[in-house]
Amino acid sequence: MTEAPLPAQAHPQAQSSALTGGQGRPRLRLATVWLAGCSGCHMSFLDLDEFLFELAEAVEIVYSPVASDTKIYPEQVDVCLVEGAVANVDNLELALTLRQRTALVISFGDCAISANVPGLRNLFSAPGRDSARTVLERGYLELADASGQLPHAPGVVPELLPRVLPLHEVIPVDLYLPGCPPSAERIRAAIAPLLLGQRPLMEGAAMLRFG
Amino acid sequence: MSVITLQVDGRDVAVPAGSTLLQAIRAAGLSVPTLCHLDGLDPVGACRLCLVEVEGGQRLLPACASEASEGQVIRTDTAQLQGYRRMAVELFFAEGNHVCAFCVANGQCELQDVAVAVGMDHSRFPYQYPQRSVDASHRHFSLDHNRCILCTRCVRVCDQIEGAHVWDVAERGSDCRIVAGLDQPWGEVEACTSCGKCVDVCPTGALYANEDTTAEKHPHPERAHQLRRAREHQQWLR
Amino acid sequence: MVALPARERPQLRCCGASGCRHAGAGPLLAALRAAAAAGGPAADDMSAGASAALQPLEVRSVGCLRLCGEGPLLAWDGPEGTRLFGGLAPAAAAALVDQVRGVASLPLAADPALAGHQLDLEQPFFRLQRPLVLEGCGIVDPECIEAALAHGSYAQLRRVLHELSPEAVREQVRRSGLRGRGGGGYPTGLKWDTVALQPPGRRYVVCNADEGDPGAFMDRSVLEGDPHRLLEGMAIAAYAVGADHGYLYVRAEYPLAIERLRLALQQARQQGLLGQGIAGSSFNLDLEVRVGAGAYVCGEETALLHSIQGQRGTPRTRPPYPAQAGLWGAPTLINNVETFAAVPVILREGGDWYAAIGSGNSRGTKVFSLSGAIRHTGLVEVPMGTSLRTVVETMGGGDPDGGAVKAVQTGGPSGGCIPAALLDTPVDFESLLALGSMMGSGGMVVIGQGTAMPEVARHFMAFSVNESCGKCVPCRAGTVQLLALLDRCLERGATAADLEALEALCAMVKATSLCGLGQAAPNPVLSTLRHFRQEYSAAPGAGR
Repeated sequence: MTEAPLPAQAHPQAQSSALTGGQGRPRLRLATVWLAGCSGCHMSFLDLDEFLFELAEAVEIVYSPVASDTKIYPEQVDVCLVEGAVANVDNLELALTLRQRTALVISFGDCAISANVPGLRNLFSAPGRDSARTVLERGYLELADASGQLPHAPGVVPELLPRVLPLHEVIPVDLYLPGCPPSAERIRAAIAPLLLGQRPLMEGAAMLRFG
Repeated sequence: MSVITLQVDGRDVAVPAGSTLLQAIRAAGLSVPTLCHLDGLDPVGACRLCLVEVEGGQRLLPACASEASEGQVIRTDTAQLQGYRRMAVELFFAEGNHVCAFCVANGQCELQDVAVAVGMDHSRFPYQYPQRSVDASHRHFSLDHNRCILCTRCVRVCDQIEGAHVWDVAERGSDCRIVAGLDQPWGEVEACTSCGKCVDVCPTGALYANEDTTAEKHPHPERAHQLRRAREHQQWLR
Repeated sequence: MVALPARERPQLRCCGASGCRHAGAGPLLAALRAAAAAGGPAADDMSAGASAALQPLEVRSVGCLRLCGEGPLLAWDGPEGTRLFGGLAPAAAAALVDQVRGVASLPLAADPALAGHQLDLEQPFFRLQRPLVLEGCGIVDPECIEAALAHGSYAQLRRVLHELSPEAVREQVRRSGLRGRGGGGYPTGLKWDTVALQPPGRRYVVCNADEGDPGAFMDRSVLEGDPHRLLEGMAIAAYAVGADHGYLYVRAEYPLAIERLRLALQQARQQGLLGQGIAGSSFNLDLEVRVGAGAYVCGEETALLHSIQGQRGTPRTRPPYPAQAGLWGAPTLINNVETFAAVPVILREGGDWYAAIGSGNSRGTKVFSLSGAIRHTGLVEVPMGTSLRTVVETMGGGDPDGGAVKAVQTGGPSGGCIPAALLDTPVDFESLLALGSMMGSGGMVVIGQGTAMPEVARHFMAFSVNESCGKCVPCRAGTVQLLALLDRCLERGATAADLEALEALCAMVKATSLCGLGQAAPNPVLSTLRHFRQEYSAAPGAGR
C-alpha cells in the first residue's frame, strides 16, 4: 500500500537500505529505547524466550534498558525499537538523537504509535492551560497536604511537554509495530526479516491489530 | 424473481433485482470493509468505507446503499479506494478517544478490524482528544461517548427493530453525539426497554454491559439480521 | 429595473429590503411619508385646483434597488425620468419632497441636504443590467398584491392554466435552456419532466430558499422584493409536474423575507391564485412556508426534505433523487428561488426568446450579489456569459481604494477563488468549473490585494467545519483535520509535505463525502492552491 505522505511523517529518509549498511559489519547494531510507556513492550520483547539466543548471535545490542548498561545513545545504530510516547523533554531529546544516529526507527507498541495511555493526559488540555500543568497541579497540589509544591528541578527532573505526542509527530518513523503490547510472536515476525536485510510485511491481524 | 448480472473486480455475478452493490460484492465472493452497515438495518452510507468505483460513473458509490443494476462494472479495491479507506479509518481513530489497551471491546472491535483490513499501522492525522462523557446511568448498560464512531447502528436498531427509538443524534459536525430520549441520562428514559439490542450491534466499546470490563465485551451484531429475517419471513429458527 | 420611463405624476420609491433597512430606510420612509402628507392632501384626494405644492405624492416601499452599499436607496420618478439617491438621512426628507413638488428654494444640485447623494443611473452598474428575474424588484410594493398584479404577476399562471397543457409548459421550460440557479446547474426542464413522468400519485413542489453562502443575497432580494413572482413561478411549476402541495423552505435568518412571503401567500389565496380551483381552473395548489433552524446543510436538497418532514436535517445518499422519491417518498420537484422566479418571463416571452440570451450551455440571465473589496456593493442581473471583468470591474467599479482586484470568490464555501489574471472568463457554469470554482448560487466576494489567500481558504474551511452535519466521516472529521493543516500552514508557512498532505486529504474529502457540502468543502483550498500556491509556502505574515 502506498503511504500518502502526511505531515506527521514527512520524509522517510532512512529506509531499510540502511540495513545493507549493517551488512558490512558482522552483526546488526540493535537498540531499544523506553520513552513514556509502561515497559510492557520490553517485557514482551523478553518473552521472545529462546529466540533471544538467536537474536543475541545475530545482533549487537548497543543500547537498551533491558539488555545494555550504556547510558549514551551510540552512533551508527542499524535498528531501534522505540517503546513509549514522547511526554517530556528527555523523551524528546532522546527521540531526536536516536533519529540522527539510527538507520531504521521502529515505533514499538501502541504508546509510540498513538500515545495511547500516556496520551490520556492530553484530554486535560484546556484553552490557555496545557495538560502538563493540569496533571501536575492535580497530583502535586490538589491531592497533596498543605506542603504540596510543583516539582521543579531543571536538568534533574525532566519537564513535561504541554502535550504527549506519538513518536512520528516528533521524528520520521520507518516502521510501525502495533500492539499493547505487541505479542512476542509479532515482535519476532517483525525482527526476523530485518536480520536478513528484508522489510517485514506488516499485514493482517497477526501483525497489525492495535490493543 | 428477476435477476441482474454485473461484474465485480472482473468476476461475473448474478443477483436478484433490487440487491445492493454490497450484496453483489459478497455474492461474487469478495468483500469490502464496512462499519455503519449492518445486515438487518436500513443503510445510511455514513462511514464511506464501502465506497466502490462504478465504470462510467462520476462519483464513488456506497455499496451498502446503492442498488445494483444490470451490466454494471464495479471495482472494489483500486489503489485509490484503498488510500481513501485508510484515511477514513485514520479519521475515525483521530476524532475520538480510542484506547484499545483498556477498552471493553478490545479484540471484539469492528473499528480494530477495519484498521487491520485497510492496513492502518498508525494515524497520520493528529489525535483530537475531544472532551466527551460517559453515561453510566442505566442499570445494565453504559455509553462511553469517547468510543462512539457515530455509525448510528444503535439509533437504527432501536427504531427499526425494537420500535422504541430511544436513541438519536444531537448537535452537528464534530460535536455530534448519540443522545438517549430527549438528551436525558439513559437510565431516566422510560421508553428504553433494556433489551440490549443497541449494545449487541455497537461495533466498538461505546455501548457495553456494566459487568464487562477490558476485552470482555461479546457483541452480537448478527442479531439484527436474525430478528428482521424472523419477522419478515417467519423464520424463527436459524 | 431602477430607472422608469418619465411620468407626469411623481412618485418616490424607497427600498424596503433588508440591506437598506439596516442602513436606515425605515425612518427615511416614515419621514418621507410625513413630509408628503404635511405638504398636501393624501394621494387619492387630488382636487382639480390643487397647486403644484399640493400635488399628491405617492411614497412606495419597494424591493431592492440594487446598489446596496449606498443605502438607504430612494428613487424619484417624475417627468424628467428617474433620479436615484443614496444614503439620505430622514432629516433630508422634507427637502427632497420640496424638490419633487418643485417648491424648493434651491436647485437640486445646490441643496445641501441632497447634494452629493444623487447617484448616476447611467453608470455601467445599472446600464449593463438585464433584469428578468428582478423585473419587478424595486418597482412593485412587495406587500401589495395589487401592485404585483398591475405589474403583470400571475398573468402567465392564468394563461397557462387556461391555455397550455402541463406538457406544453414543460416544453417551453426545456426550450429555454434554464438550468438550476442554486448552483448545481441541472437542466430545469429535465428535472420537471422527471417529476412529471413518475407513476401516478401525489407530487410535491418545493422552493429552496435556504440561501446560506456567505456573501449571497440574491434570493433574499427576490423574496423580499417581489414574492408574487416567485409564487407564480412555483404555481406554474406545480401545474407542469402535477403537484398540488408545496413548501417554501426559508432560512430563519431571513425574517423579513418570511414575513413578506407569508403575507404574499395570504394575499394570493384571497385572490383565488392559490388554493382550490385557481383562477377558475380545476388546478389546486397549497403552498406553505417552512422555516429553517440555522443549518447551512439544509440547503442540500435531501437534508432540506428531511427538515420539512420534521426530521434531523441531514442528507441521504442519492439515488433515489427527490424527483423520484422526495417528500414522504413522493416525487418532489425542488428548485431554487431564482429558478422559479425566472419561469413567468419564460412563459411570457417563450422558451426560445429566453434561450437567445446567454452563452454556451448557460442560457438566460443570472443574478449576482457583489460584495467584499469592491466599490459598488449590490445586486446585478446580467446575461450568462458576461465576463467576470465586466461584472467586477466595469459594473462593480473594482477595488474601492483604487488598487487592483486580487481575486474573485464565487460559489461560497463550495466554490473557489479566481485570480485577477483570469477575469476575462465568461460567467457560465462550465467556465467556472473549469477554473476549479463554481457558479454557486451567485455570491461574488471580491478579494483585494491585502488579503492572504490561505486565510480565505481557512475562513471557508472553518465555515464548513461549523456547518458539517456530522453524518459522514470525511466531512465531519476530514474538515477538522484540513482546518488544522491550514492553521499550521498559516502559522509557520507550509512545507512541501504539508501541501502534499493538504492535497491528499482534500482529494479524499472531495471524493468520498456523502453530500455536496462535504464534496465541495475542499474547493476553496484546492482553488487557492492552484492559483496562489506560493502564498502557502510564504513565511507567516507574507502576502498580508
